[in-house]
Amino acid sequence: MKDSSEKNIIEEVTGSEYKYGFVSDIETESIPHGLSEEVVRLISAKKGEPEWLLEFRLKAFRYWQTLKMPSWAHLQIPEIDYQDIIYYAAPRTTSDKVKGEIDPDLVKTFDKLGIPLAERNELMGLAPESSQGTAVDAVMDSVSVKTTYKENLSKLGIIFCSISEAVRNHPELVRKYLGSVVTYRDNFFAALNSAVFSDGSFVYIPKGVRCPMELSTYFRINAKNTGQFERTLIVADDDSYVSYLEGCTAPIRDNAQLHAAIVEIYVHDRAEVKYSTVQNWYPGDKQGRGGIYNFVTKRCLCQGVCSRISWTQVETGSAITWKYPSCVLKGEESTGEFYSVAVTNNYQQADTGTKMIHLGRRSRSTIVSKGISAGHSQNSYRGLVRVASEATGVRNHSQCDSLLLGSDCGAHTFPYIDIHNETAVVEHEATTSKINEEQLFYCNQRGISTEEAVGLIVNGYAKDVLNKLPMEFAVEAQKLLQVSLEGSIG
Amino acid sequence: MEKVKEIYTNLFHNYREVLRMNASEAIDARRDEAFALFSEVGFPSDKDEKYRYCNLDEALKVDYGMNLYRMGIPAHPDDVFRCDVPSLSTRLYFIVNDLFYPSKKAVSLPEGVLCGSLNTLLKEHPEIGSFYDRLRGEDNDGLAAMNTAFVQDGFLLYVPKGVCIDKPLQLIQMFQGDIDILANRRLLIILEEGAEANLMVCDHAITSARYMSDQVTEIYVGKGANLQYYELEMTHDKTTRVANTYVSMSSDASLLMNSIGLENGLTRNNVYLRFEGRGASADLSGLELMSRNQFADNHVLVDHAVEGCSSNQLYKYVLDDAAHGVFGGKVLVRKGAQQTAAYQSNANMVGSQQARMHSLPQLEIYADDVKCSHGSATGHIDEDAMFYMRQRGLDEGEARMLLKFAFTSDVVERIHFTPLQDRIKMLIGKRFKGELSKCHDCKICP
Repeated sequence: MKDSSEKNIIEEVTGSEYKYGFVSDIETESIPHGLSEEVVRLISAKKGEPEWLLEFRLKAFRYWQTLKMPSWAHLQIPEIDYQDIIYYAAPRTTSDKVKGEIDPDLVKTFDKLGIPLAERNELMGLAPESSQGTAVDAVMDSVSVKTTYKENLSKLGIIFCSISEAVRNHPELVRKYLGSVVTYRDNFFAALNSAVFSDGSFVYIPKGVRCPMELSTYFRINAKNTGQFERTLIVADDDSYVSYLEGCTAPIRDNAQLHAAIVEIYVHDRAEVKYSTVQNWYPGDKQGRGGIYNFVTKRCLCQGVCSRISWTQVETGSAITWKYPSCVLKGEESTGEFYSVAVTNNYQQADTGTKMIHLGRRSRSTIVSKGISAGHSQNSYRGLVRVASEATGVRNHSQCDSLLLGSDCGAHTFPYIDIHNETAVVEHEATTSKINEEQLFYCNQRGISTEEAVGLIVNGYAKDVLNKLPMEFAVEAQKLLQVSLEGSIG
Repeated sequence: MEKVKEIYTNLFHNYREVLRMNASEAIDARRDEAFALFSEVGFPSDKDEKYRYCNLDEALKVDYGMNLYRMGIPAHPDDVFRCDVPSLSTRLYFIVNDLFYPSKKAVSLPEGVLCGSLNTLLKEHPEIGSFYDRLRGEDNDGLAAMNTAFVQDGFLLYVPKGVCIDKPLQLIQMFQGDIDILANRRLLIILEEGAEANLMVCDHAITSARYMSDQVTEIYVGKGANLQYYELEMTHDKTTRVANTYVSMSSDASLLMNSIGLENGLTRNNVYLRFEGRGASADLSGLELMSRNQFADNHVLVDHAVEGCSSNQLYKYVLDDAAHGVFGGKVLVRKGAQQTAAYQSNANMVGSQQARMHSLPQLEIYADDVKCSHGSATGHIDEDAMFYMRQRGLDEGEARMLLKFAFTSDVVERIHFTPLQDRIKMLIGKRFKGELSKCHDCKICP
């Protein structure tokens, strides 16, 4: 390829704007900067939480104080001043509003993001049971704004609401499962989140129920200098099924913002959970200023026999991504899957992957990870496959491929494979390469511009993962890949 | 471990003068700096990411003797040792604990080749001193630093420009003595432009006390030079070996490095290979056969610092009983190191429920026009293959042995010397049969 066209394309790409970077002018109620026991108490009080939850937060906070931020990841993280973050911010609802209605500005914001907060299916004369629609829990900064289709779902016994609401209405469930998969002692950010977590979604699928629609949470950071610490808890009881989607965006700001969430999933006998993420937090500008630090702990416990979890993630945003959605495969014949596409451009950094911890006999896991690096970015896959000594007949296959677009970026693979049982069969393979010149040439020959060809090739490369996404997400993810990468070929 | 560190710190201060008296200027000049590093970093611990599966504490706590006054041994190793490879007619050299002994047999080498005691040759040829302790560089390994602080002698091979040593050289390192011994072993191998050499280094333990070897090897493969370097470990359960090998590859150089462990106690091999010139290639392979409570940890870092080089790694482990294997391989492709081809493969056969294997194959890549891949597979004996063999009348033990033998073959086939390859195959066969891995007419192996 000629240098000039290469330059043009690169300019075009780096010129492409983050389209969700607007700021909504919504009145926000927030608490002062900083983190202390008082702040933890204040957050708990604002949410009107019971005593046990406050205790949980305080224990986590005290433990967090004893910890140091870990530094083992392949990431350059500027020092984070935890006292300079606002730990609670909520869009203010004006007092003259009728209870239950939401601020039209908020509706506008979510409409702009393509997330309808009105339950449109009814207008179309469709009942949710028969629809392929999506129920949404919309979270802005520290609070859940609205959860749609809640009532319809509750007819089936499905609980889908914000976690604050679940604490109020289903305390026994929250108390039983909160912290059962990710304890507050798990890691630095888990302790921080457990102390200050604000909102997030709670899902409970009762025994034998197949959730008829996709459940989805949409996270939006809007306020300045705030951190988002949401907490999601999904419980799938025996023989149930749910597909859950998660999306996220944030406005363009010069300062980096911290996002430290926890997602816990508890899967009982023969139940199945599909968890899909399209992560599109603001990635920072071309010089690497601003952006979200996405330090998330996601874990699923496959407690039951024949239980299944499937993580699918498309990571295109965030200045720094540091997360390892994990599977603890405790149930016999449980299955864990991890499909990931992580794209980094400009000065983005990602250290992401998964952990497959095989404790149950004949448990199986699959890992497919596709990393794409462009610009000056660094993209690492880090994963663990552990087979405990009592877990016989375990099978794992991992495939980690990296694609490099440009000579200033990096692609790294750090797998950890720990085998304690002789009957395990564990395979790992990884490749790193750039876009094949011959494929480009082939496309060019057939009248496809280089730019489009790169899009095609990258989408083809990521196909294994994109195919695992629910339809709407797959379309969005494909578009995102193109926006992030079009033409950044070197 | 602070106590142990203190013991060696005091030892260094108390015997600093003795160390100066015995060693050449080049060796002595590096001691203080290395000791300062050792004081700073101490012994490796399992808190370090690099050593997370390799706990050396128990091995280091042993009250070893160090031969600071260079006391000789009663019998010349030539008189007792018969472990040379038949029909290979190698030239033999010995290191007993950490004392160097040349073979009594006359050895003729091409003109200009220096081969023998590191200490003596560095005294006679101070110009070679500039190669000594240059490759440890940024590596902060506490044991490599300790070696540099305490080492008194070792083995040197210097092959001048364009010289080819046709016959292989063999260095036999052995432990002998009734007391627990710590030996600081040092190898310096320099191949100038266009030189060629083959060197085989064997580790043995003749008596059965507790031994520890802290070894540092520096290898310079000059422009267009060609080195074949083989390592064989046949020690016993009470031996600890920590070996740091640093390799510098000039342009168009080629290296074949093969390391085979047949019997060992606790082994940790660190290999740091750096490509400094274009067009060089390195082939690294290793095989560890372990049973009982044996432990082996191979860590390999291949640093592609320049463009157009290729590397290929193959490491295999066969684990039985409560053996514990670790493989940590990293390919680092630095910015601008385009047209790099790097392959890395690790395969492990786990034969018992108590055995453990940790595999960490890593790629760290900062250039785009590269072809890099790695693979790691851990499994057990293929039951279909077993069934096939049983059908044909082989008993279970034999079938298992045959399959394990086949599993090891691609590492062994990387040995380019047929006589050495045959010998290794024979030893592997014996090892799997449970016979002691000793040679036919050797008098001294336990």
